[in-house]
Amino acid sequence: MSGEKKVEFHVHKKRIIKNIKIDVDKCNGCRACEVACSLFHARPKYSSNNPARSRVRVIRDLVNDIYVPVFAGEYTPAECLGRDKYVIDGKEYDECAFCRASCPSRDLFKEPDSGLPLSCDMCESDPPIGEPMCVQWCLADALIYEEREEEVEEGVAAGDMEIGVEALIVKYGLEKIAETVGRLSKRDKN
Amino acid sequence: MRYAETGYNLEVDLSRGSIDRVETDPAETELYLGGLGTNAKLLWDRVPPETDPLAPENLLIFSTGILVGTPAPGANRTIISTLSPQTKLMAYSMMGGFFAPELKHAGYDKIVIRGKSPNLVYLWINNDKVEIRDASHLQGKGTLQTSQMIRQELKDPNVQIAAIGLAGENRVFFASIEQGKSSASRAGIGAVMGSKGLKAVVVRGKKDVNIAHPAKMMEKCNDILDYIKVRDKNPLGMVPPILAGLGSPQEMRIHDEEWHTTNFAWGNSRTRRKDFWTEDVEKEWTKTSEDVRERFLSCYNCPMSCGASVAYPGLQKYMMKCYSKLTYTMASFTDLDFGFRIVQLATDYGVDSFTCPQTMAFAIELYEAGILTDAEMPGFPADSEGRFFWLLDKIVKREGIGDILADGTYWAALRIGKGAEAYAHNNIKKHEQLPLKLGMLNPIYFLMYSTGEKINITQIEGQFPQAPFPTRADREDFVKDWVHVPHERFKQYFLDWEPRGENSNPYYPTVQMSCELVDWMEMMHYVDDSVGMCAGLSSFPLKPAYHIHNYPEVLSAATGLAIDEEALSRMARRTRTLIRAINIRRGLTRDDEKPPEDHWKKRFPELEKQLIDEYYKFKGWNEKGIPTSESLHELSMDFVADDLKKRGYLEE
Repeated sequence: MSGEKKVEFHVHKKRIIKNIKIDVDKCNGCRACEVACSLFHARPKYSSNNPARSRVRVIRDLVNDIYVPVFAGEYTPAECLGRDKYVIDGKEYDECAFCRASCPSRDLFKEPDSGLPLSCDMCESDPPIGEPMCVQWCLADALIYEEREEEVEEGVAAGDMEIGVEALIVKYGLEKIAETVGRLSKRDKN
Repeated sequence: MRYAETGYNLEVDLSRGSIDRVETDPAETELYLGGLGTNAKLLWDRVPPETDPLAPENLLIFSTGILVGTPAPGANRTIISTLSPQTKLMAYSMMGGFFAPELKHAGYDKIVIRGKSPNLVYLWINNDKVEIRDASHLQGKGTLQTSQMIRQELKDPNVQIAAIGLAGENRVFFASIEQGKSSASRAGIGAVMGSKGLKAVVVRGKKDVNIAHPAKMMEKCNDILDYIKVRDKNPLGMVPPILAGLGSPQEMRIHDEEWHTTNFAWGNSRTRRKDFWTEDVEKEWTKTSEDVRERFLSCYNCPMSCGASVAYPGLQKYMMKCYSKLTYTMASFTDLDFGFRIVQLATDYGVDSFTCPQTMAFAIELYEAGILTDAEMPGFPADSEGRFFWLLDKIVKREGIGDILADGTYWAALRIGKGAEAYAHNNIKKHEQLPLKLGMLNPIYFLMYSTGEKINITQIEGQFPQAPFPTRADREDFVKDWVHVPHERFKQYFLDWEPRGENSNPYYPTVQMSCELVDWMEMMHYVDDSVGMCAGLSSFPLKPAYHIHNYPEVLSAATGLAIDEEALSRMARRTRTLIRAINIRRGLTRDDEKPPEDHWKKRFPELEKQLIDEYYKFKGWNEKGIPTSESLHELSMDFVADDLKKRGYLEE
């Protein structure tokens, strides 16, 4: 394998990155984002309100004057090995305060009835609603929706066969495999 | 399924330690809507009129409004109703914040509390699980610290807590119930909570609130939000900056306090300082405010940010709301810096920011007049700040003279005697009023002050400008987009209202016009209080987001009930009438219905009598102010007429 030059194929692609800019200084702690989110994701749409189902939560601590909207990210089956705790401008934030994950270590971002994980889907729907609901309902402008195009390089995904052959090369060496393939192809022609 | 409401009340008896979840009758919703309306019905049905407000038999009701927990922006009020130890009448104080929505998500429209716990407890409502828990470790703790300790104890930062401080525990007649940046503080409801041995009510809710017509509801809510945006960009002209926008007056945002400091009286509601507001004061106060203000804060699902957190060096952070920062400042003739310091302590003790500073200023006047002496007030400091802190401490602990002052100026003056009554000069129905002393009688305000049963002018006024605009052109401009009036003729009333001359106070607006206008303004407050809507988006400011023409659609979409303008007006009228009946049974008479004697310099006894006579008729009440059998029948409230007859208030 040594000295072998690996050939990769790349395709240049454009994709839209959806981003919600959270201006924590502007948040007035009203939780309209939670209301709007839970309404949009209710079935039928808008038929019920329940901030406990929201995929955005305002982390609030009245005594320490903390108001931070945090969006639900992906589910993780396991807790992190360690934890973090931020102190910003003298205010101590709760453990894992800024983490987006629906995780076994805490109650956040789980359906209150089933415990199933919740994650923000940017209110993608058909027909599209434009900006996500939480942004539309945030009149304090603490949540600003931004879209940008990003060029992403995507390597060509290796197929099953390629993965299999590569495993054989690792095991037997490229020469032996090449010999074998050559012999087999001759035999098959005969 | 019930929409907008849960259909369940939580019934708690603290004497027996029992907790029940009780389904409510949907017919009551159709009659009284919810919130204040259904609270009044419970008090009428279950609290006999001779009940002592501090006795176990009195009910203390924490209620949501019908729209609380729905997406309607600003629907977050907790409506607390009981009997007042101070006025002895029905008390209903309200607060914004986050308590009521949490309660509805926990699955209850109301918590109905009766009885009296033998030792101090708190109530912990965690969805279906409800416990009465020991609170002996919280005894004497401030409201801010109590909340902090309970949050830590329950290991849940998202619980909402309504708590009393030392003032409530000691049954101070103007003790408040505090919750985050909000408080329900009028008429001594904190004392009732203290009398029940209840330190706090804690709630966490994770259930759905259902909407009957989802798409329609969202459309209406988006209209409301759009209107709020428009009003935000276009403040009204012709009114003081503090009243130009929506929301509760933006006391922490707008530094121009000329209106309050020069129009309202200082001290014990005595002294107008018309030259007080100078550039130097404005500069100094702006700096004081901005130095301690941390951030603007809103109540649940409302964009208005009417409050702000205050971080005064060396003091625990707290939330400032409305005009408390000035009530202490002005009552003590000091400055804003003092206001910020003492409000922190007052919030922690849990006292009302109107009555408390006025009671302290009253005590200082009595001391200066020699009616109270060093014998009653040993160690009374010489400086104003020191005196206020000294008095506050004595009052909340009910120590020495504080025990007498803790009953408010009316009862304190009676107990002190020696002519002290003349110093308790700013009360209506035994309750301290805004410190306003004006010149010419305004017929609209005369009626509102006299007949209001919410005891506070801010809870009946709104909608119609407080004073005529100087020029006709300004008035014409104002009525152009005034869609909020129930009748087109109201615009004409305003157009013709002049600052002086024939069409000016006190004979214009005429008696008839005044009746119509007051009834409208009052109705909108009663609607809000049943809906759980903040008056700051609705009944208090001019040209609000919610009004009689758009409310019915919002309410119908949320509840599924067919509510039109007529039906909504009738619901409000029923609630209004029922509260009047409760108070009649508790001894309210026409004699109680008058503003402080010195509220206006120029008074007109004949006109005033005529105003009351006509307004009573307009309301369907007899000349004593008692609802007539006919009007009660018309409102499907014969049960009230029967009771009033049985007790001799109405003739058979």
